[in-house]
Amino acid sequence: MLTLENISVGYGAIRALKGVSMRVEQGEVVTLIGANGAGKTTTLRTITGLLEPTEGRILFEGQEISGKPTHQLVARGISMSPEGRGVFANLTVRENLHMGAYLKKNKAEIAQDLERGFRMFPRLKERESQKAGTLSGGEQQMLAMARALMSRPRLLLLDEPSLGLAPLVVHTIFEAIDEIRGEGTTILLVEQNAHAALKHSDRAYVLETGRIVMEGPSKELAADPRIKEAYLGE
Amino acid sequence: MDTFVQQLINGLTVGSIYALIALGYTMVYGILRLINFAHGDIYMLGAYAGYFIARWLGFAGEPSVAGLAVVLVGSMLAAALLGMAIERFAYRPVRKYARMTTLITAIGMSLLLENLSVVIFEGTPRAFPELLHNSTYRLFGNAAISKTQLLIFGVSIILMLLLQWIVYRTKVGTAMRAVSFNLNSAKLMGINTDAIIVFTFALGSALAAAGGVLTAQYNPTIYPLMGIITGLKAFVAAVLGGIGNIPGAVLGGLLIGAAETFVVGYGQLVGIPSTYRDAVAFAILILVLLFRPAGLLGTTVQEKV
Ligand SMILES: Nc1ncnc2c1ncn2[C@@H]1O[C@H](COP(=O)(O)OP(=O)(O)O)[C@@H](O)[C@H]1O
Ligand SMILES: [Mg+2]
Repeated sequence: MLTLENISVGYGAIRALKGVSMRVEQGEVVTLIGANGAGKTTTLRTITGLLEPTEGRILFEGQEISGKPTHQLVARGISMSPEGRGVFANLTVRENLHMGAYLKKNKAEIAQDLERGFRMFPRLKERESQKAGTLSGGEQQMLAMARALMSRPRLLLLDEPSLGLAPLVVHTIFEAIDEIRGEGTTILLVEQNAHAALKHSDRAYVLETGRIVMEGPSKELAADPRIKEAYLGE
Repeated sequence: MDTFVQQLINGLTVGSIYALIALGYTMVYGILRLINFAHGDIYMLGAYAGYFIARWLGFAGEPSVAGLAVVLVGSMLAAALLGMAIERFAYRPVRKYARMTTLITAIGMSLLLENLSVVIFEGTPRAFPELLHNSTYRLFGNAAISKTQLLIFGVSIILMLLLQWIVYRTKVGTAMRAVSFNLNSAKLMGINTDAIIVFTFALGSALAAAGGVLTAQYNPTIYPLMGIITGLKAFVAAVLGGIGNIPGAVLGGLLIGAAETFVVGYGQLVGIPSTYRDAVAFAILILVLLFRPAGLLGTTVQEKV
């Protein structure tokens, strides 16, 4: 479904990704783990067209998408809950969700998706007319995820959805990830919380300073001594 | 008492026009963090567009409500197209560079529009035709309100309510607020942010043109540099209200208009000559920057559009 071929990306003189290749198959949950600064966010920003690769190409459902503007990629079925949530603090929860459905025309479907988001995260329903800026970190993450689902993506990118959240909220977020996958949505999950990420995914890539250093089924990686030592703190 | 009311009416008349122009500054700033220095010139060009539409379509000799409406709407459309062209061909290409680059481009655009206008329209002022037969209604004592003033209030209020509705009730308005808060997040929603930015320029420019035509009904002399001082005052109004804040721009415009009229009216009593009229806005600017840089309605986490 998604293929990255030898992608390099830089910020000015800094080369953040140095020839990254990876793929995500239809229906999979793939996780990308790595230390702070490894290039995980850069990878997702490149996939969504917010950054342009200096080398390599990206294919989505067989077509090259590198260099296409972000809004066109959303129209094709890619959606992202960005690092730091990126909710519109000046808009209400409901307005945020409506922005997620910006490209959708069918009012009935939008209403249906809104209800689905509220069912997944009942807290959002309670805060429906509040400005998103007044939500707690966990609620903002729920909003970012519910909002990303409003475009009915076929590929959902999640950038550190559990960052800085209380254990109970982390649990809610990962339950939601399982639920989204259960509905058949393909997910690329970026996490520093390698433990949870490996548990909730099929395959994993390990990124170190802009290069993929390891890949494989999540179960195998979770059992790998190098991963255990470097990322699972065992 | 009647003098006071009269001053207030006159002040709010000028203030409504400052408010219309200030809205464009504040919306563009909210969305791009750019002070569009050419905005005052768009106001001027809006007045010229109105002048030519009135002449060409023959409304100049015969005042009528229909003629006024055509001139007003026509000049707003012309200015909207101009604002869109300026965004597309002057600001968008330099947007990816440092903000200072865009700012200097805006100053250059302003000088270009002013000098081109001097060449094309000539420097000599022109008399703007009367589009509505003016008459005066006595309120009480010596206080009166003219039809033109009522027109200015009426049109300004309608346009501001319309803007309020667009920004807070429609999808494109919600997208404008989203873009102004976080450009990349807005892109991730599938919003074509360039389209929203160009739409914002169109809206702001149309409001400025309405201000231009209305001014020309109140004070019927137009000239190529008329946008400089009015533009600066409207900019001060936007800063006073809290730049990026829509209700703030309206409040700021009305306050500046009232303040300068009161200085003209009552200044002598406290030793301020009426020739200081144009200095009032700038004195206010200095005070705002010293004591309340975020503006009256601006807060640290202000809602920017
Ligand atoms: N906007 C930026 N400008 C310059 N360098 C950046 C920027 N964003 C990230 N980087 C650098 O790129 C590298 C990868 O960053 P990032 O993709 O954010 O890593 P991660 O998400 O894995 O923590 C880091 O060295 C970081 O300092
Ligand atoms: Mg990151």
